[in-house]
Formats: sequence, C-alpha cells, structure tokens
Amino acid sequence: MTENLNVFAVRTLTQKEYFAPGHRACQGCAEALAVRLVAKALGRNVIIANATGCMEIVSSHLTFTSWRVPWFHVAFENTAAVASGIEAALKVLMRKGRIPYKKIVTLAMAGDGGTADIGLQALSGAFERGHNFIYICTDNEAYMNTGIQRSSSTPFGAATTTSPVGKIQMGQITWKKNMPAIAVAHDIPYVATACPSYPIDLVQKVKKAAEIEGPAYIHILSVCPTGWRSAPELSIKLGRLAVETGVFPLYEVEKGRYRLNIDFPKLKPIKEYLKLQGRFRHLTDDMIGGIEKRVQKEYEELKEKTG
Amino acid sequence: MTKPESEWTWKELPVGNVVLEPGNASQYRTGDWKTLKPVLKKELCIHCGLCYIFCPDMAYSLDKEGYFIADLFYCKGCGICSKECPTGAISMVLDGEEK
Amino acid sequence: MGKRVGMEVSVAAAEAVKQANVDVISAYPITPQTHIVEHLSELVANGELDAEFFCVESEHSALSVCVGAEATGARSFTCTSSQGLALMSEITYIASALRLPIVMIIANRTLSAPLSIWNDHSDAMSIRDCGWIQFFVENGQEVYDHVFISYRLGEDREVLLPVIINMDGFILSHVIEPFEMIEQEKIDQFLPPYQPLYRLHPDRPVTMGAFALPSIFAETKKAQEVAIRSSIPKILDVWKAFGEMTGRYYHPIETYRIEDAETLLVTMGSFSETASVAVDEMREKGRSVGLVKIRLWRPFPFEAFKKATLQAKQLVVIDRAVSVGGPGGPVASEVKAALYGYDSRPSVYNFVAGISGRDVSPSDFIKMVDKAEIEIEEGNKEGYELYGVRE
Repeated sequence: MTENLNVFAVRTLTQKEYFAPGHRACQGCAEALAVRLVAKALGRNVIIANATGCMEIVSSHLTFTSWRVPWFHVAFENTAAVASGIEAALKVLMRKGRIPYKKIVTLAMAGDGGTADIGLQALSGAFERGHNFIYICTDNEAYMNTGIQRSSSTPFGAATTTSPVGKIQMGQITWKKNMPAIAVAHDIPYVATACPSYPIDLVQKVKKAAEIEGPAYIHILSVCPTGWRSAPELSIKLGRLAVETGVFPLYEVEKGRYRLNIDFPKLKPIKEYLKLQGRFRHLTDDMIGGIEKRVQKEYEELKEKTG
Repeated sequence: MTKPESEWTWKELPVGNVVLEPGNASQYRTGDWKTLKPVLKKELCIHCGLCYIFCPDMAYSLDKEGYFIADLFYCKGCGICSKECPTGAISMVLDGEEK
Repeated sequence: MGKRVGMEVSVAAAEAVKQANVDVISAYPITPQTHIVEHLSELVANGELDAEFFCVESEHSALSVCVGAEATGARSFTCTSSQGLALMSEITYIASALRLPIVMIIANRTLSAPLSIWNDHSDAMSIRDCGWIQFFVENGQEVYDHVFISYRLGEDREVLLPVIINMDGFILSHVIEPFEMIEQEKIDQFLPPYQPLYRLHPDRPVTMGAFALPSIFAETKKAQEVAIRSSIPKILDVWKAFGEMTGRYYHPIETYRIEDAETLLVTMGSFSETASVAVDEMREKGRSVGLVKIRLWRPFPFEAFKKATLQAKQLVVIDRAVSVGGPGGPVASEVKAALYGYDSRPSVYNFVAGISGRDVSPSDFIKMVDKAEIEIEEGNKEGYELYGVRE
C-alpha cells in the first residue's frame, strides 16, 4: 500500500493496526480512535513513551498489551523527559555504531492533564533542549481516567466532578488553557491541532511531524462520551461540530507561520455543539452567549495570525 | 494464547515485567460489552470505508467482495459506524435479534 | 599501576564516568553535586566524552531521561543530593522495578527544612526502600572505583538493578584526595559495553511499564525482592574481580581491629575513617574497642554483619540521619532488626552525630563510646540520643 500525503481516500491508509483491538477503552472513545490513527500514521519504526492516563490503562494491563510497537510507560508527568532519554539513546547508540542506523521516530503521548498541568515542566524542558521527537497531547478535556476531574484544559462552564454544578458555582470557572500557543511560544518547528473526526488531516499532520527535525507538537481533541456525557455514536459528529463552531479550529504553525486548515464562511452556532453534551446542560443562554462571543473573538484572532 | 495474569507465578514473569508478545490483548473479547450490534445492508454500501476508519476498536476489515464487515468479537456496539455511514447502510439492532 | 594524581573527588567522579564510556548523562545542579556536572560538561565541550549530556529542567526529569535512555539500551548516569533526590524519589522506585541498571552518585546532603547544604545521610535514608543497590563509600578513591564496579554489577544479566553510590557532600565531594587512576584498557576489559536483556527497538516490540492488577502485583514484588537479595554473591564477585585488577578489595562489611573487642563502633560513610583514628587512640589506652564499617547498605549484608558483630558485648551505632519520631536512627534500627532473632546478641547504643555537616572528631567518637559504655552498664535499655546538641 503506497502512502501518499496528497491523497484523500481512506483506503490508501495502511490496513495494518499497530494498536491492537481488544483494548479496554469505553464504547465510542475518540481518544482510542486518535491513538489508532497516530499508530497507523507512524508505522512500525516508532518508540512510544506514554503517560499514565486512559490510553495507558486501557492498553497495558500486565500481562497483556495492545501495542504492536515498542511502548514505555513510566509515570504521569515525565513523558517528555522519558522521550528525551529515548531520543538521546537512539542518537548516541547509532553514532557510536552500537545499533545500526535506522530512522526511528520517538513519540511522546499524554493526555491533557499529563501535558498542560503536571507534565508542563518536562514538556517545556524537552522543547527548549530541541530533542527530535513528536509530542502528541490527546485532549479529552479533563482527568478522565481517574473519574472526570477538571484539568486546565476543561472548557469554561463544563461540569466535572471537581468543578461540579452547585448553588454558587456552575462548572469550570476558568477558560481552557491554550496549549498549542504555549508550544508555539517555545519556538519549535511544528505545532498543529487535529481531530479524529478529520482522520486524513490527522494522519497527514502526524506524518509531517515525523519528517520534522526537532520537536513537533500535535494537540488532538478527543471526544469522551463517558466524561462529556454524550451518546457514544456521536463521538465523530461532536468532533466535527467542535471544529465547525470554532471551538477547536484545525490549524498548523510551521516555524511560527500560522495556517488554518479549514475555514468556514460562517461558524455554526455553538449551541449545536454544547447541547449534545450533558456536561454543559446547566448552561444558561447568557453563559452560552458569553462563551460564543469569546470563541468567535479567538477565532478571529487566529485568522489574523494566518495573515 | 497468553494465560490470565492471575495464573502467573513470580518466576514466570519476565525481568522488569516486560510484556514480550506484541498485541496479545487482542485475545480479549470486548464484543461481550455490546448491547447493540451493527448490521450492514449491502445494497446501500458505497465502499467508502468510513465505518472502517472511524471504528475506535478496529473491528472492521475488508472482505473478499470489497465490503467492510464488523468483527463482532471486538465490536462494542458504540454505533459510530452506523451514525457516520453516509448512505445509512448500517443499522444498530439489539444483539441477539435478527433485523 | 595506574597514574597517581591529586584531584578533587567530584572531578575524579566525572573522570570515572568518562572512562566508563557512559552514553547518556542528565543531571540538574544542586550543591554539593555541582562540581561533578560542571566537570562533565567541560569534558563534553572539549570532545573528550562522547555522550549525550543534558542539564535538564529538574531532577525528576534528570532521572526520567536516564530511565528512557537505559530502556533503549544506553548506559546512563545521573547525580544529585538532598532536595533533588527527594524530587526524583518517585522515579527511583520505578527505575528499580523496571530493572534498569542506571548508576547515580548522591553527594549526601541534609533534607530541608531548614535549608542546609551540608552533609548528612537523611537524603539517602529517605529512599531506603527504593530497590536500588546502595553503597556508602569512605573516601575519594572509593567513589572513583565504584563507578566502574556499579556499572559492571548493575548491568550483569543476573542482577539488572540500578546502583547508588553515596558519598558525603563537601566532606568528600569538595576535597582534593590522592587517586590512582586506572588505565583505560583495563577498564574496557573490566567493563564491556552494555548488552540489555530487553530494549525498546522496533525490531522486537516490547511493552514496558504495564500496570498490574492486585492479582499479579505481589508476584512482581517478589521477583524484585528475590533479585536484589540474590545479588549479594554477584556483588562479592565483582568486588573480587575489581580487586584482582587493582589490588583494592572491597567488602560489604569492613572491620578494623575487632579481634576480641568488647565494644564495637558501627559507622557508615566518610566518618568511618575518623572513627578508625579514635579506635587507635582507645586501643593505645588498652580499651577493648573495634570498628565495623558498613559499605553495602542495600541489600543489607545480614550474614557479614552478624559475623562481625554477634560476638561483641555492645555496639555503639553512630547514625548520620534522624528517623524523626522513630525508634532511633535508621542504621541502628536496622542493626537491631538484624540481630533480634539471636538469643545471645550485643546491646546496642545509638547516637546520631554529624547532622548537617557538623564535624565529628576522633575525640567525639571517644566521648560517645565512653557515654555508651556507662549507660549500658547502668542498665539503660533505650539507648538513643542526638549527640552534641546544645541544651
């Protein structure tokens, strides 16, 4: 099967599955789908460092593994550091001739908590040192594996178990942390956002990141029916709506230059996205209006950056 | 076949608890989780492959006639394939019932 | 016979890391370990050391980088002290359970609060149970020697465990001592390149770090326990091979003038040398005193320790760390536990001395032995005090 970056047909993707079925992810888990697509994009010559989180738990319970590529889990906050070590070892061992030269991609994967919260320090360090690796954040917008607690990536207003809806506070009170902007601020060669609802775009971005010399960061929105309280069959539709309403625009930043991958003449009303998720069901029209205004403002600011 | 972890003795574990058999989790039947199962109406299928690409459980594979068929051993019945099918060729029915 | 030089101990440690052909070094600066990292960066900058060297953004990441590198098959090194060790402690437990033979030098320094940069063993004691093989060395030559010993030992297929070399911060790290440097050809023969049992590589995809359900976790811990306990014969073998190469033989417990001694001082680390001076002074006055020095801390060398101490009348154990609120200093607690099962065993009196770098002189040792002997004579069963604290 030839893999051609410019072709848009699903059937031209490799049929091999490097992430095996039989994993324990929830029904309709878009994060599992994202990971599946990433594994397809990279093929067998990859070494993965994975953080503690949903994907680690569903794929690696001793004595079983869902991984058909080399895979390493250490702890929660150090994925970027472990990946730095893997990348350094490959570099020095090949240089010293102890292992034959071969292109092997070093991939670090973590969730939103393991990236934007507890993992931010290690990520920042790895970016600054300029290691040649891809860092993928699969963002399901909360600490899902431990029971849907809020993270800095939880969107404003979303109900989680630690930002519940009560009498005086209704859901998350802060705005979602802009992780891609933090990655861009580190001056790395490639930053992108992706969503499994746009599978070819995701695969192309991962393949592009694999070709980049230096750090690459891809932020993937992963719909979580369990945590977002949405129907499992809607996981792809919700991802699409996130993009179409401007909540999660798909863009790339190559060497500081922004490019919007899909632009819409008019963004869809945000209510279409929010109403399908139980975590937003308490929002008043005022709150929704406020959210929509900010989303639109940020979308405009993003478009300005693309020049 | 890897035996269940509750049957391993400490001496049998590889050093560092490394799992040596890639992808051996595929012997686990996640198909038992489902309530609904996908059923394909072949005459409506346009072979686009979206059911295959969007399945989080890698349940779909191509058969000899070019149709993507769900492996019920893994399918968890999430309904994504049915929802995303552009021609409505896949319907979700209660597992154990004929359509 | 190798070259004899006078060198700062930290610099010699860095030279040992260079001679050991380490592949990946990652560390974060913390007093008093800084001279090791600084010298390593100089070696890299001058092209004398072909390794990937990173001054990372925290100690936690320093050890994590080593874990990633070691799992990929590269010989890795890090060094730290005190707060840095406390920060990376989460990963120390992980590195040993994953059986990755990283070597770490700890320039022992007290744990905050209050902040203090000076030496004691509280940092090492906080990770007693982390599962690494742990040595306490007495002088600079031992630090240098143990870098090679530790890699050869840790990387042995029958061991596969990470190793810590504890050296007293400032007291060792910042002093100039005489060294016999070993010729590179001898080291290359003693320490061949690392051949991992399992490594991360696409040619043989493995999964490392899977999580364990209660139904299997106990089995994984037993495997780890057996591995560290059964490493003792290997430790002795490697020390023997090293001795044959250099003439310097090391043992898990070393004794000084213990024959027919009624009272034995028990020490660990650099003040063992000071204690031996005190023993000489006391022996000259005809006192029946000897010295037992613990070099191998983990796995605890029960057999060797019992052989050296069971016949004595009393042990005066000098700790260099406080087990706050506990049953005495850490070493004394373990000594008592080691001897508990024996009907005929020495009394144990425990002092904690030298906290946060306060000097312990030969006369201090003599005063402690005096006090211990009197207290035990008077029937004191508790036998624990912090020595030299102003009341």
